[in-house]
Amino acid sequence: MNNGKKGKKRFKNDFLLIGGLIISGGAVLVLALFNGHNGNSVEVRVDGEIQGIYSLSENQTIEINGTGGHNTLIIENGKALMKDADCPDQLCVRQGEISLKGQSIICLPHKVAAEITDADNSDFKSESDIDIIVK
Amino acid sequence: MKKKSKTNVRKIAVYGMMTALALIFSYLESQIPTFFPVPGMKLGITNIIVVLSLYKMGNGSAMAVNILRIILVSFLFGGPSAMIYSLAGGFLSTSVMILLKQTGKFKVVTVSIAGGIFHNVGQILIAMAALNTNGIAWYLTVLWFTGMATGALIGLLGNELIKRIPDKIFEGELKK
Repeated sequence: MNNGKKGKKRFKNDFLLIGGLIISGGAVLVLALFNGHNGNSVEVRVDGEIQGIYSLSENQTIEINGTGGHNTLIIENGKALMKDADCPDQLCVRQGEISLKGQSIICLPHKVAAEITDADNSDFKSESDIDIIVK
Repeated sequence: MKKKSKTNVRKIAVYGMMTALALIFSYLESQIPTFFPVPGMKLGITNIIVVLSLYKMGNGSAMAVNILRIILVSFLFGGPSAMIYSLAGGFLSTSVMILLKQTGKFKVVTVSIAGGIFHNVGQILIAMAALNTNGIAWYLTVLWFTGMATGALIGLLGNELIKRIPDKIFEGELKK
């Protein structure tokens, strides 16, 4: 290998470039996080059982009867958020809006999970129980 | 004049040998099952040949060997769509490696790491254009880091080969 100062200096370029590439990889990851694929629906589960799949393109309020408590999920402007919950920790309410596929809001005390998915239109359930809305 | 033609014959033989080696490595690689459930992720052992060509034969040769190899492999084992992906990846990764090597500031391993990443980046860019989605940005993140890992491995191997294989195999006259 190289000896002395020259050797160290030659390695420096390599470390800089590799470091730069790792940082760029991290930047790609951040980009992927923020520029992820938007889902079109939110799937609500209570204790693992699907309660309903709701379209994100429709503003609606969904009342969820969780195990031992009640949650209110609202869909607004293509985003879902837990508006209200009567659980003590309120963690789910603080999780904020979700809209990217795979993101989820989980309310552990009530075993309620809302996850963004890509579903067929036919799977959608509307809170007002209208099967299809023709626009 | 006679001397020149002799060199050309030698050149043709060496190109043929390197392309054949690259082809064999590609085939070998297609026989290795992928350990990760990520399509498109591979070891890239063919890149050893490209790295070797780059340092022993020069920039143009490395590009030629890689592009020829991709076209041959696509005709033999792949399809036209696989060819477009591979060509994009091969072209981008070889270009990046040539550029880095030309600066003369980087070690073989580093050049190979960059090549490993950009092979995947080239493929993803084509996939993004074809599928018109940015959902595969996740996929790019995974392939970015696996490309670095495999590139490092290939670079270390390539570096040893570059040191051990004598230059005279690739250039100069045959000795009596």
